[in-house]
Amino acid sequence: MSRLESVFKQKNHKALIAYVTVGYPDIAATLKVVPLLAECGCDIVELGIPFSDPMADGATIQRASFKALENGVTTAVCLDTAKKLSKKTAIPLVFMTYFNPIYQYGLDKFCHDCVVSGIDGLIIPELPPEEGDEIGKFAGKSGVDLIYLLAPTSVDARIQLVADKSRGFIYLVSIAGVTGARNELPPDLGKFILKVKQFAKQPVCVGFGISTPEQAVQVAKTADGVIIGSKLIQLMETDDAAMTATQTFIRNTRKALDNIE
Amino acid sequence: MTEKQGYFGNYGGRFVPETLVPALDELTAACQALKTDSEFWREFESLCHYYIGRPTPLYFAERLTAHCGGAKIMLKREDLAHTGAHKINNAVGQGLLAKKLGKKRIIAETGAGQHGVATAAVGALLGMECVIYMGSDDIERQKLNVFRMRLMGSEVKPVSSGSRTLKDAINEAFRDWVSNIGSTHYLMGSVVGPHPYPSMVRDFQSVIGKETREQMLKGYQRLPDYIVACVGGGSNAMGMFYPFLNDKEVKLVGVEAAGNGLETGKHAATLSAGSLGVLHGAKSYVLQDKNGQILETHSISAGLDYPGVGPEHSFLKDSGRAAYTSITDKEALEGFQLLCRLEGIIPALESSHAVAHAVKMAGALSKEQIVVINLSGRGDKDLDIVNKALGAN
Repeated sequence: MSRLESVFKQKNHKALIAYVTVGYPDIAATLKVVPLLAECGCDIVELGIPFSDPMADGATIQRASFKALENGVTTAVCLDTAKKLSKKTAIPLVFMTYFNPIYQYGLDKFCHDCVVSGIDGLIIPELPPEEGDEIGKFAGKSGVDLIYLLAPTSVDARIQLVADKSRGFIYLVSIAGVTGARNELPPDLGKFILKVKQFAKQPVCVGFGISTPEQAVQVAKTADGVIIGSKLIQLMETDDAAMTATQTFIRNTRKALDNIE
Repeated sequence: MTEKQGYFGNYGGRFVPETLVPALDELTAACQALKTDSEFWREFESLCHYYIGRPTPLYFAERLTAHCGGAKIMLKREDLAHTGAHKINNAVGQGLLAKKLGKKRIIAETGAGQHGVATAAVGALLGMECVIYMGSDDIERQKLNVFRMRLMGSEVKPVSSGSRTLKDAINEAFRDWVSNIGSTHYLMGSVVGPHPYPSMVRDFQSVIGKETREQMLKGYQRLPDYIVACVGGGSNAMGMFYPFLNDKEVKLVGVEAAGNGLETGKHAATLSAGSLGVLHGAKSYVLQDKNGQILETHSISAGLDYPGVGPEHSFLKDSGRAAYTSITDKEALEGFQLLCRLEGIIPALESSHAVAHAVKMAGALSKEQIVVINLSGRGDKDLDIVNKALGAN
């Protein structure tokens, strides 16, 4: 069983997954925030590798990515940061990245170095399964879970395809849109989650738009986990040195998820 | 096209968020169905004739030929197409297709503004809501086209992220599309992007090459020796080249923007100086740094100022069927002025790159040879830039 899979084996436990852009606002902040997220009750942390053309991201993560690039963050820096983090904390780590930065790094070498750096999985938002054979082969060989995404527009045949190919969990995009905190989630989201669960043997985690503990609870009633990204970046934009607001938000969300039922 | 769907050899594919895949599937199926849809093509051809003004002339540039002292130079006058460039061919084609798919809204990216103007015209023609994304730097350097789009009822949205040019406008158009997938068709302006865009746009633009081929055979009872076209994303070149791909005696030459010179790093010559990468949904040559971050480009011509290129061009380069070269800002300006003075034709700065290269090569060729330049657009939109550049010299 992979480390990601074991997260979902805990009884009556909904996974809380946090996203941070590596090097935003700087590398020191990344090294500090990830262990805090683990302490506050996160189960998995997604480390974002910044890209110059983040097509699937809304304004918040775009800003964070551009800032990280200004700070000189590269794929190699992200791997190094992951290595340092995995010495400080036991929380499972996954990379979220666009394809080109890791394509240039070399897919084989990248998958190998991920394992060396303590990375458990990969999420590539612009990589549908049809384009994933090459990296899938290397990820399989190295033992990194390649996590595929589904969207509300996905028809049954595609749900089946992702259910066949995705490892670790399935990342279900809550709405047709880009990343970003939203006030409301689509009313038929719960129905879609249940539908995907009929196809999938893996856990189903939902991301995009989730920005309050209430929304997390709404989603986790049917999903196995929730993913929070832009909201965290927004909190980090104005947080104090101790990252008080970020910690409070995660603790509150954890508590809300633990009180479901 | 090889066995893997949407690939030209090793290039192309569909590197897009899952949300878009069903829409691309729908579009691919619609393109497939068009192959036997004679009614659609009748409507397309009718608009090509009565709205765009096709066929555009194949014009013998006698004084330019005499100036070069070698091969006969012909101009395919896409600058005379409605809205002033070849972009309208594809905009009309995709507009009709979008309507067939029941879409109420079209969006597009634009660099120089020519594709934006063409899409705005089609939006007005077909009565569809139309939003154009344009880099804020490009809005500044192409004000006249922005005004044109707004006059025709389109909303022009400035994009101020990244390098504030064409590539960022494409990112923003994708973000809009992914958020409005049910109502909206993304009317991409070049042979770039995920499958089926590269082949769909090429097919609509192939009208250029088909007409040229017929006009050559009718007027000269032979095919040209060389065809020269500028390449940014590469739609005018692809539309011109495609009907000639099997005519091995016709040499195809694509001309990229060398900006301040390839050695300065300030250019947009993707095929000449780029490497394999993935940008905007397709695997192709890309201008990037060693970490896979996309580079900012430079060209005096906003329409060529793009760090990617259509995957089919990458395939033609590797297979050797087409050759690619580049022309600097300075050389393009010389080509621009030469055509103005010798022929009374003001070319777009994009097309001026093709003119400059053809002028360079024609002198060394024999008088029996024929070079066709695809004059992809007219230069009215560029007069401010040219005025500034010449004033500075």
